[in-house]
Amino acid sequence: MATQQTRSLARFMMAPSVVLLFVWMIVPLAFTLWFSFQQYNPLNPMRDGFVGFSNYALFYSNPAFLQSILNTLTIVVSVLVITVVGGILLAMLIDQPMWGQGIVRILVISPFFVMPPVAALVWKNMIMHPQYGVFADIARFFGLQPIDWFGQYPLTAIIIIVAWQWLPFATLILLTSLQSLDGEQKEAAEMDGAGFLSRFWYLTLPHMSRAITVVILIQTIFLLSVYAEILVTTNGGPGYASTNLPFLVYQKALLEFKIGQASAGGVIAVILANIVAFFAMRAVGKNLDK
Amino acid sequence: MARAVTTQHKTIATAAAWIVALLIFFPILYTIITSFKSEQEAIQGFNLIPSGTFESYSEVQAQSGYFKFFLNSVLLSVGSTILALLVAIPAAWSMAFSPTKRTKDILMWMLSTKMMPAVAVLFPIYLIFRNLGLLDSRIGLMVMLMLINLPIVVWMLYTYFREIPGEILEAARMDGASLWNEIIYVLTPMAVPGIASTMLLNIILAWNEAFWTIRLTTTNAAPLTAFISSFSSPQGLFWAKLSAASTLAIAPILIMGWFSQKQLVRGLTFGAVK
Repeated sequence: MATQQTRSLARFMMAPSVVLLFVWMIVPLAFTLWFSFQQYNPLNPMRDGFVGFSNYALFYSNPAFLQSILNTLTIVVSVLVITVVGGILLAMLIDQPMWGQGIVRILVISPFFVMPPVAALVWKNMIMHPQYGVFADIARFFGLQPIDWFGQYPLTAIIIIVAWQWLPFATLILLTSLQSLDGEQKEAAEMDGAGFLSRFWYLTLPHMSRAITVVILIQTIFLLSVYAEILVTTNGGPGYASTNLPFLVYQKALLEFKIGQASAGGVIAVILANIVAFFAMRAVGKNLDK
Repeated sequence: MARAVTTQHKTIATAAAWIVALLIFFPILYTIITSFKSEQEAIQGFNLIPSGTFESYSEVQAQSGYFKFFLNSVLLSVGSTILALLVAIPAAWSMAFSPTKRTKDILMWMLSTKMMPAVAVLFPIYLIFRNLGLLDSRIGLMVMLMLINLPIVVWMLYTYFREIPGEILEAARMDGASLWNEIIYVLTPMAVPGIASTMLLNIILAWNEAFWTIRLTTTNAAPLTAFISSFSSPQGLFWAKLSAASTLAIAPILIMGWFSQKQLVRGLTFGAVK
């Protein structure tokens, strides 16, 4: 049905999006790649020039580098485990018949709409503050010593905050998937005498598997680049205890003006994201064909 | 569902769900409560009943010119969304109605741009913005936010447009409708709900974007994300004010979000979960 005319029209209509995204992807990335092989310091331009792989070597030999990679992965994996397991349980709970289900849903989904700086500040000051936070109030109530979250367990504190932001997302998507589960199938399984656990294992979980995949993949994209939460709470510290890769790159680039090293770090971040993206695209692409 | 539900079961489920839901919502609730306290009350230990003063709200505005940041947030999120729609609607339309062999590849490629970590291009973007004089400008940031969310907008529109039956278009064509008429009278009315949903989700995403909005602005174009982040440094105990500022920053989007739960699922999973 498509004539030559509509086909060229289609191309014309697609052009702005494609060109914009192409430029937006290629130009800055080319710059980053270029800078990653350069000595470049806006404050001290005397020694600028091509330096081969030494930026990568410097970035790699920085003790903060390995720590930041480790922290990045710890954040991603911990938050994924908390949100997926918590999300499944929560979705199954909300899916039960109850009074005020709509309101429960609204309450549960709310943290997702809170902008990251607000979420981080609220948790930092009002919940986890070692003196005035609610956690400290609770600890004192039980006669315990309040915990200095951001001093003693900075990474755990950040994981808790980020998990709080993403648990609603996981719950909402898993709940949507759960609600599309055929009621009759459930009933049939029940009549056949399948217990709760076997129903969960053989019916519910397989049904949710696609939603779980999607949740894991999408969250991973966002969790790899957690930034505002760290900036507002620990600023990467104490030391590098809560510095992840994005934060380290930001520090190198805009605080220390070590552009070459920051760019090398950026390239490493791209490679890391690409590995994840490879799997993500395959899964999402498969779902397209259904 | 035909399953018999005992009242007991329902009562237990209700109680459990409400307790969990309130625990999850608690940080937000406590922020709202604290915003109605005086600074004195705010640090006097756990207390759920505020004195009900509006002091903090007026002070947030008086001391830091809250309204300017709010206005920037509105301008940036709505502006970038409209820009994105203008670019994305034709693309999604053509992909949905005249798909070629490459359509899927193009869609996947667009999605892949979303996976590029922002820090990787932080410095080049910073440099480009500086040299073009776009640092701290609303236009620059608007374009930036548009580019970030463009893949999601194209995708979402595509999944909505794809559900519009192609036969209707063919019928219109048979009746001799020109392409223009086809778009205005046939397509638009059917596409409006999808476009509205896309717009809603995109405004939420743009409003909460907290990397570029913080790094590329200083004062002029700074939206609420940057404003709130500026509270992080001082150790001063201005929690009532912080709470008031936070409440104002999240309230509009929270309410919009409540209305867009369905679209959120669809938009953020690229149509894979409906």
